[in-house]
Amino acid sequence: MNTHAQLATYNFAYLDEQTKRMIRRAILKAIAIPGYQVPFASREMPMPYGWGTGGVQVTASVLGPDDTLKVIDQGADDTTNAVSIRAFFQKVANVAVTTSTAEATIIQTRHRIPEETLKEGQILVYQVPIPEPLRFLEPRETETRKMHALEEYGLMHVKLYEDIAKNGHIATTYAYPVKVEGRYVMDPSPTPKFDNPKMHRSEALQLFGAGREKRIYAVPPYTDVVSLDFEDHPFEIQKFDEPCALCGARNVYLDEVILNDKGGRMFVCSDTDHCEKRRAEGHVGHLAGEAPETAQ
Amino acid sequence: MSDHPLLRVNAVTKFYGARVGCRDVSFELWPGEVLAVVGESGSGKTTLLNAISTRLLPTSGTVEYRMRDGQFRDLYRMGEAERRFLMRTDWGFVHQNPADGLRMTVSAGANVGERLMAIGDRHYGNIRDTASQWLGRVEIDTDRIDDQPRDFSGGMRQRLQIARNLVTGPRLVFMDEPTGGLDVSVQARLLDLVRGLVNDLGLAAIVVTHDLAVARLLSHRMMVMKDGNVIEHGLTDRVLDDPREPYTQLLVSSILQV
Repeated sequence: MNTHAQLATYNFAYLDEQTKRMIRRAILKAIAIPGYQVPFASREMPMPYGWGTGGVQVTASVLGPDDTLKVIDQGADDTTNAVSIRAFFQKVANVAVTTSTAEATIIQTRHRIPEETLKEGQILVYQVPIPEPLRFLEPRETETRKMHALEEYGLMHVKLYEDIAKNGHIATTYAYPVKVEGRYVMDPSPTPKFDNPKMHRSEALQLFGAGREKRIYAVPPYTDVVSLDFEDHPFEIQKFDEPCALCGARNVYLDEVILNDKGGRMFVCSDTDHCEKRRAEGHVGHLAGEAPETAQ
Repeated sequence: MSDHPLLRVNAVTKFYGARVGCRDVSFELWPGEVLAVVGESGSGKTTLLNAISTRLLPTSGTVEYRMRDGQFRDLYRMGEAERRFLMRTDWGFVHQNPADGLRMTVSAGANVGERLMAIGDRHYGNIRDTASQWLGRVEIDTDRIDDQPRDFSGGMRQRLQIARNLVTGPRLVFMDEPTGGLDVSVQARLLDLVRGLVNDLGLAAIVVTHDLAVARLLSHRMMVMKDGNVIEHGLTDRVLDDPREPYTQLLVSSILQV
């Protein structure tokens, strides 16, 4: 509270009310047109581009004094990006923060969707580096806008075709393009494609903020989100051979952790909150409790 | 040939500010017919081609196209979505520089398959089979299907561009100097190929060229342009063998005899 008093020159949640109003209007428009990228007057934030300036602005605009905020980075609550953004909002908005997915009302995320199914009333805010799914195929912004407007999405399949031609299967594993409500093709930000099915008819509101590119887009609750594919090469999510080494969870997204320079490695849940909760419930993985040196 | 033309061009004029691009050009193109537009550089050939193919809005005049349902539609009164759909299904456009018409960083197979995917084909195996057939038809080895066009020679790129345009079975193809920048033997092979495809598929085509030999080989009719105006218009053999306008006579007599 002391630090908050020293920062009295800041408005609640850092941005001034006019800016929040502008961003909220963009968010409302984005919700009204699911998957459509709404341009907005992105502000300079006290952090570098690429660290989540878009997500922070969206969070600042939807955050209220009664909200409980959770911030994750690659699924983890304890990495630099997550810790600093959480501390930022603690300082400038004095809101309650949590690491528990179920308790949070707003979750700002970089590159993951929590394993625990989100509920109605929750808001998931994504940090987006490049909002345009067609960007690497068509460099002209005028042209990509026209392609969205006229629903010319053949090019998106050209990318998937190239994947299959080169690798024998669709090798895109993250930022896997989706079609929202049968209309707009959208980049779900660089989440692993493992998370794509979680977006489909999600109960939570999903907001996407790209600060450098000055775009906001949204997926309202209960909206169809379908991953693009070919009839003879259907969409598939990643599969893992072994369960989480700490909590024994299957059917979750795992991170590979290198343990030593002798080839030792372990696979653990990328969602740290999910993993901790499971361990607290008594689930034990095959490496839980062992010192890293002994694990081979 | 049918009773109705495929394309009606009526008094198309394009000004660039005060300068004339092309002035008051009218003609009709019939199904299966190849029309050559010849003239020196700067005579308005490419302007005319772009104005007809909806790539450049003319200052005045109308261009009507007979759709597959038999109805004539004014191209500039259509919605943009419909016009673009027409361009990638019923039409083809072969650029002088293949890099303008191809995606240089995706494989040959995807280049040919792009139009199929654009009209909703979602079966990888079928797309690949069709692409491979078309590569065969334009004499590109099918084992090059996964190579990128930037690894291809100029002649191969041009043939790939033609395959990419013809895969959706268009009825009308625009060609802007299709043999420009190719050496003579490659030109001859390409012309032979284009002539064969045009005959087999019954394509109508408008070919812009400054090379009278191309016009002679490919076209049924030709128009001679000078300073933005069409100065002579007739059957190709008639225009080349019996040119009436002094400028056409000059053009025909300028051909090097070997």
